[in-house]
Amino acid sequence: MNQELKNHVLELLQKDLRLDKRKSLEYRKPIKVEYGVSKSAEGSARVQIGETIVVAGVKLSIDKPYPDTPEQGCLSVGAELLPMSNPEFEPGPPGIQAIEIGRVVDRGIRESKSIDLKKLCIKAGEKVWFISIDICPINDDGNLFDAAALSALAALKDTKLPKLEKIEDTYIINYKEKTKESLPFSKEPVSVTVLKIGDKFIVDPTTEEEKIYDARLTVATTEKGELCAMQKGGEEPLTVEEIDQMIGIAVDKTKELRKAL
Amino acid sequence: MAYTKRIDKRKFDETRPIEAKVGVIKRADGSAMFKIGNTVAYAAVYGPRSMFPRFLQNPQKGTLRVNYNMMPFSGHGDRVRPGPSRRSKEISMVTEKALLPVVDLKEFPNAVVDVFIELPQTDAGTRCAGICAASMALADAGIAMKDLVSSIAVGVIDGTVVADLNYDEEAFEGEVADIPVAVLPNSGKISLLQMDGHNTRGDLKKALELAKKVCMKIYEVQKKALKEKYASGKSESK
Repeated sequence: MNQELKNHVLELLQKDLRLDKRKSLEYRKPIKVEYGVSKSAEGSARVQIGETIVVAGVKLSIDKPYPDTPEQGCLSVGAELLPMSNPEFEPGPPGIQAIEIGRVVDRGIRESKSIDLKKLCIKAGEKVWFISIDICPINDDGNLFDAAALSALAALKDTKLPKLEKIEDTYIINYKEKTKESLPFSKEPVSVTVLKIGDKFIVDPTTEEEKIYDARLTVATTEKGELCAMQKGGEEPLTVEEIDQMIGIAVDKTKELRKAL
Repeated sequence: MAYTKRIDKRKFDETRPIEAKVGVIKRADGSAMFKIGNTVAYAAVYGPRSMFPRFLQNPQKGTLRVNYNMMPFSGHGDRVRPGPSRRSKEISMVTEKALLPVVDLKEFPNAVVDVFIELPQTDAGTRCAGICAASMALADAGIAMKDLVSSIAVGVIDGTVVADLNYDEEAFEGEVADIPVAVLPNSGKISLLQMDGHNTRGDLKKALELAKKVCMKIYEVQKKALKEKYASGKSESK
């Protein structure tokens, strides 16, 4: 069945058309970012790309730093594929698909050095801020990768540190009172995923297109166009020229996503 | 500041010393060891054999299943907690995808080929060493293959393109891009590509070209190791 779908999609792509009448390198509309969608989180955002909706939230806590970085705050990104968002997702601990999304988003933020983690140290070796970002799709109509990365960045931008109270030697977070202090941002990584189907490239796939692609490349870039993380997926290998072309497409398309921030 | 001299004095396109050996685990249907510098990877292949749990069986063709694992004492620093982690699950998956284009499992519906990759000692580049070992082990197991898979991590350190980063280079204070790549030597195509760190489009292309060049050398080492087992006539029939 998928082979027939693939043939059909390929036929359409010869005419630069998609199943939903888009062009091959066209994002769905709207691309929308809404901030502060969860009052309980320190920062949150909802991202919509076409019918795909993803919510991300940031929780801050105080924890011991990792032993190899005693003077840095910590960051962790998790994604859960909620069964609510797609009939094919099942309840349970995150599977490999969810883990991959979480880790690819994590690398984009971490490796771009987007947040200056050194500024999140409270007491070296003992107490640092721990940033937990969780990504939850509400409606999966494809391209969770790009929506997840965008929602994580938006939620981080929305984050305000809660009030830190020091009672004798212990620090206690007063979650009810947010300060006006934002996270120490320097760069804003945005991801674009380019898929290869046959010999054609597309962006912003629907769930149907995600079933039939040959290769996938997710590219995270900063606002200056520097590359900060990449991940190849799919079962077919790529040539160096194809990779270069896909990066070109991704760098170009990031601008459209960035406008929504 | 430009990175003009490597920490361990290697040339920019020079890998650490490589050793490879095939047939190191007798119980397995195929096995290999791949050592690059202080990173050591063992791979064992079992199968094609019946797939369990049964619901994972694919009636169209056989399945390739990779399990990547670091031994608890093999890490840089703290003990690595035994059992699967998010990291090891992701590496298992990308390794599977890196090997998949070369293996032909059409003849084995409902069966699985299990590849176990274990690392007793590490100094960066573990997924690449694992892929090199695994592709030799698959060949040793007699799985029909179009090609071997050779793999290396290349990087860009403060604008200088280098091959085979070790742990100190990955942790270098400065702008480092770490790019694990797997190459199918006969077609020159790339089946594993990840990157983290800072890079430009131009440097990435240079790094990929370097990876292809280095992988051709690794390919020769892999072929030699395979021939050593089979050409000597000493191979035991199983």
